[in-house]
Amino acid sequence: MTAITTETDVPRTVESARSAGKFLFIAAIVLICAWVLVPIYLLLVNTLSSPSEVSGFPKTGIPSFDFGSIQFFLSFAGVLKALWNSLLVAVLTMILSIGIGAPAGYALSRFEFPGKEIFRMLVIMTRAFPLPLLALPLAVFFIRTGLDDTALGLAIVHTVLAIPFAVLITFSLFSGIPIELEEAAWTLGCNRLQAFRKVVLPLVLPGIAASAVFAFTISWNEVFAAAVLTIENRTLPAFLVQSLNVSPLHLKFAGGAAMVIPALIFIFAVRKYLFAMWGIANR
Amino acid sequence: MAEIVIKNVAKSFGSFQALHSIDLTIADQEFMVLLGASGCGKTTLLRIIAGLETPTQGEVWIGGRRVDKLPPRERGIAMVFQNYAVFPHLTVFENIAFGLRMKKLPQPEIDRRVNRTAELMHIEQLLKRYSGQLSGGQRQRVAVARALAMEPDVILMDEPLSNLDALLRLEMRAELKGVLAGSKTTTIYVTHDQVEAMSLADRISVMNGGKIVQAASPVEVYRNPAARFVGSFIGNPPMNFIPATRAANGQWQVAGVTLSGPAGPDKLDFAIRPEDLTVAPGGLKATARVIEPLGAHTLVTSDVDGRLFRAVLDSDITVAPGDELSLVPKPDRIRWFDPETSNAV
Repeated sequence: MTAITTETDVPRTVESARSAGKFLFIAAIVLICAWVLVPIYLLLVNTLSSPSEVSGFPKTGIPSFDFGSIQFFLSFAGVLKALWNSLLVAVLTMILSIGIGAPAGYALSRFEFPGKEIFRMLVIMTRAFPLPLLALPLAVFFIRTGLDDTALGLAIVHTVLAIPFAVLITFSLFSGIPIELEEAAWTLGCNRLQAFRKVVLPLVLPGIAASAVFAFTISWNEVFAAAVLTIENRTLPAFLVQSLNVSPLHLKFAGGAAMVIPALIFIFAVRKYLFAMWGIANR
Repeated sequence: MAEIVIKNVAKSFGSFQALHSIDLTIADQEFMVLLGASGCGKTTLLRIIAGLETPTQGEVWIGGRRVDKLPPRERGIAMVFQNYAVFPHLTVFENIAFGLRMKKLPQPEIDRRVNRTAELMHIEQLLKRYSGQLSGGQRQRVAVARALAMEPDVILMDEPLSNLDALLRLEMRAELKGVLAGSKTTTIYVTHDQVEAMSLADRISVMNGGKIVQAASPVEVYRNPAARFVGSFIGNPPMNFIPATRAANGQWQVAGVTLSGPAGPDKLDFAIRPEDLTVAPGGLKATARVIEPLGAHTLVTSDVDGRLFRAVLDSDITVAPGDELSLVPKPDRIRWFDPETSNAV
C-alpha cells in the first residue's frame, strides 16, 4: 500500500541530469559552429556558382563548381594589381613586425628591467586606440613625409596593429625555451649571439614562422587604414570596399572568398601557436 | 693545473644577501662538494665560478688567471645542469660535439673525443638519437659526456643527480666518481644530499645562510663539526645536543652527569653522535620513547633532561618504550659548542 506513493517521488537519476547537460552542451557547440560556418558556406557556394545561379531563385544550396564568377573577378580591372599590393604590404608587415616584435619578445622573456610590466601593458595598449581616430592625423603626416599611397607606409601602420601579437607570441615562445639551454651553450664556447643562433633560433623557428603568418593575415584583412591611406595603390580589401558596392552580386561573393580563404588557411596552419599566445601549452 | 681560488666573493640580489664574503681555495684535481640546504647560496657560488652570475664583490681565479670579468666560454670550464640542458634539436652526437665544433677542432678529433666520452658514459649506442627519445638517466649521461668531451680544467655540477630516481642515483654516483677520478679535472659539485656529498667528495664545503661554515674532508666534517649547524645537518640521525653548566675544576654538568670538558665560557653545549653511545651504568639518564630496529642497529629515540636524544645501539638490546636507560658517551667522541656563537670549542 505504501509502495504506491513512493513510485511517484523518485529523484531524477544522475544519468538523466547528465544527459540534459550534455544536450545543452552539444546544442551550444552546434550553434557556435553554425554561426561561424554558415556564412563561410554560403560564401563558398555562391562563389562556386555561375553568375546566373547567384542571382537566380530558388537556391539549390549545392555549389555547381562553375568558375565563371571567379574568372570574372580576376579579370576585373585592378583586381590583380590590388592583389599584388596586398601581398606586398602583407609581406612587409610580416618582416617589420617580426623584426621588431621578436627581439621585444626575447627581451621580455629573458631580462629583468624596470618598467617591464608597464611595457607589456603598453604593447597591448596600442590596440586600444581606435584606428578611425588616428586615421586623419596619420594621413596628414603620411602626405607630409611622402609615405601616403605607398606599400611601405601602409605596412608601417599594419605593423603597429600586428606588433602586440608578434610580441606576445614570441614572448611565450622564448619563455618556453629553458634558459639553461642558452647557459649550457655559453659554457660550451658560445657568446650570447651564437647561443641564440645555434640553440634558441632552431627551437623557436616554427613558432616565429607562425607568428609571421599571423602578422601577414592581420595585414591581409585590414581594410580601414588601407582605404584611408592609399588611393592608387589600394590593397585588395580597400579595393573591394571601394568598388564592390557598385558591383554585381556574384562579383561580391568572389571578392569575399578571395579575402576569406587565404586568411582561413593561414590561421588554420598556425592555430597551435596562437593558442600558445594565450598561455595554453603549445607542445 | 687548475687551482680555483675564491677571494672575498659576495653576491646580493636586491636587498637579499645570497653570499657573504666567501673565501675558498680548491686544489688542482680536487673533488669539492658544496653542501647545504636549498637557498644557502651553493648554486649561486657555482654560477659565479661558471660566469653565469656576476659577483657583487670579490675575485675568482682559475689556474692562476683572474676570471671573474670573463664570459663563461673563456674560463676553461664545463658545466652539468640540474635539468641536463641537452639540446633537443641536436642528436646525442651533435650535443657532445657542440663545444668541440665551437672550438673549431678538426672532424677526426671531434669523432675521437665524442666516441671516447660516449664509451666512457655507456651511451655509444644512443649517438644518433634525439633527447626526446632518451630517459632521464640517459640525458644525464649525455650532459656529463658533453662536459667531459671539452676536456676542461674544471667541471661544475649543479645537483646533477637530483632529478633521477633513487636506484639510478646510486648507480650514477658510483660511475661519476670513477669517471671523474680518471679525468684529471678539478670538480665542484653542488648538492643538498649529504650521502652524495660524503661518498663523492675529497673535501666538503658545508654552506649555511650564504656562508661557508666548514670546508674539510668528509670524515673531518662528520667527526669534528666546526659549528653546531654542521653537526645537526650532517649525519642521519643528526648529532645530539644538551646544554652543560660549569662545575668545579674543568668539569661540566650534563643532565646530572659530570664530564670533563674544555675551559671556556660559562655555558657550553655538550654534543655526541647517536652511534657514540653505549648502555652502561653511570651515564646519561634517558627515557626511551620510540624504538626502531633497523637490522644492524636499533635506533632509540629518548628523552634526556626533557630533550630529544637519539642513540644508535646494538640490535641485541632489549628495550621498550618508557624504559629507563643509562647512556654513556665515548669520551673521545664528545664535542663541545659555544651556545653564543654556536662554534666548536
